[in-house]
Amino acid sequence: MPARPTLSDEPGAAPLIRFEGVAKTYPARRGAAPVAALSGIDLAVPAGSILGIIGRSGAGKSTLIRLVNGLERPSAGRVMVGDDEVSALGEGDLRRVRARVGMIFQHFNLLSSRTAADNVALPLEIAGWRRAAIRPRVKELLALVGLEGHAGRYPAELSGGQKQRVGIARALATRPDVLLSDEATSALDPETTRAILALLKRINRDLGLTIVLITHEMSVIRAVADEVAVIEGGRIVERGPAYEVFTRPEAAITRSLLVGEAGHGLPTGLATRIAPEPLPGAAPVLRLAFRGPGADAAIIARLARETGIEAAILAGAVDEIGGRPFGSLTVALSPGPEVAARARAFLAAGGVEAEGLGYLPPAVEDARVA
Amino acid sequence: MSPELLRLILQATGDTLTMVAIAAVLGTLFGLPLGVFLATSRRGELFAAPPLNGALGFLVNATRSTPFIILVVAIIPFTRLVAGTSIGTTAATVPLTVAATPFIARLVEAAIREVDQGLVEAARACGASPFQIVLKVLIPEALPGILLGLTLAVVSLIGYSAMVGAVGGGGLGDLGIRYGYQRFRPDMMLAVVVVLIVLVQAVQTFGETVARRLNRRLRRA
Repeated sequence: MPARPTLSDEPGAAPLIRFEGVAKTYPARRGAAPVAALSGIDLAVPAGSILGIIGRSGAGKSTLIRLVNGLERPSAGRVMVGDDEVSALGEGDLRRVRARVGMIFQHFNLLSSRTAADNVALPLEIAGWRRAAIRPRVKELLALVGLEGHAGRYPAELSGGQKQRVGIARALATRPDVLLSDEATSALDPETTRAILALLKRINRDLGLTIVLITHEMSVIRAVADEVAVIEGGRIVERGPAYEVFTRPEAAITRSLLVGEAGHGLPTGLATRIAPEPLPGAAPVLRLAFRGPGADAAIIARLARETGIEAAILAGAVDEIGGRPFGSLTVALSPGPEVAARARAFLAAGGVEAEGLGYLPPAVEDARVA
Repeated sequence: MSPELLRLILQATGDTLTMVAIAAVLGTLFGLPLGVFLATSRRGELFAAPPLNGALGFLVNATRSTPFIILVVAIIPFTRLVAGTSIGTTAATVPLTVAATPFIARLVEAAIREVDQGLVEAARACGASPFQIVLKVLIPEALPGILLGLTLAVVSLIGYSAMVGAVGGGGLGDLGIRYGYQRFRPDMMLAVVVVLIVLVQAVQTFGETVARRLNRRLRRA
């Protein structure tokens, strides 16, 4: 794993959740070999932060998040939530911890036989609250998620976004410190996803809730996560502040997850034409990363003026990650010896990182405008 | 049809309804927990107890594969022990209950297995105990399916109750055999069949209506 400063390494940010050398192996069954779902997991989640865990399906993220509330138990290592060693607790103590750890799900998992209000009341009933105390609390929670008028509706009468809001209200009912989000927006359309993520961010800010979310979508991470852990084959392969991971991805899996995100990847037509080797007359292709507020696209004009190297823009995007601007431009340089190296040196002096993507053969280069 | 025959039919209908009602209530009382246990006691489930699950499953299958008329005769000593006699309407409720219990248990088991495991996981994540999961999640969510199962069980019990007539159980089946068949009274046979059809229709319609009302999953805004 690349050594990179993470929020949890900063002094003063006390971790609320800690994974220490955690491994999870599913025992062999009916001739099938044992499956190692997770191995060597060390993670610390500071109180009040949002950790996004991203990976493809089968990477182990589902198992990882379920270790936090003891729905899964590790085969080795420890999982701590606050002062509780979740991985060592019996079922009775686990139920106590679970009142402090809310969870929301991809398919909402609402009881179809209960109204929205009664679904939200479920954890309170389980925790033994009196009926008179449950009613005002449920009202408060439905207001928090913006569902005041829907208390008496059944899940079948609610939209996906509304169902997830009920799920969030239910998860927050017992005033937990931690919220686990298991692909909570994967079944929602992009607009609803944005609204739900904004709600999660607001809850994190207003209630100081620590959120651990798993997803396979970088856009979810970009919208809410403070820190990212990229998981592949049951191991964490990259980890760091979201902005760092987005703007300087290191692991191959991270780069491939970033494809399709603004500023990453190439238009397909272009990607198929780029060759890894420089053919005579080929134009070097660079991707420039503009990070932070000082980044200035005018550097392209200065490059042409001061070095004589022209850069044709092939693709570009400007975006925000965690409130910080991030821009990316993919350019084809005018062909020539040592052009790429000279351009990179000039750009680096101007504070812009450039990454070589390959070379555009001359024959088709002219066609790029079409 | 003479007033005498009408009286006989009414009497027999009352006997049938009594037998079926008692057997259905007792069968549910025993069958519901048994069904819940069968649905939740396999390996890795809420009340995991695979050997007991296997043993109960075998017992249920054995009872269900025994033809009802043979079951009635085979458990006469047990019937006598419970009811004090092996003849009559009261005695007939014993084999009916014994037959209904495993039947209802399997129907309840099937309905509970239909409940989305995600709901069980959500309840566990809320800190629910296994009993809370059964009472607050599994049974309420499976209720429409359980009611349809009970409807099926009651309809089957109406059919079974006709067979206990053969061992002096009374009721419509008894009437149909003794008057309609043995005394060659087609009008009586027809009357019995009509009453049975009406009973089954009524039970089926009632059960489906209640199940549909309960089934919030079918409701749309």
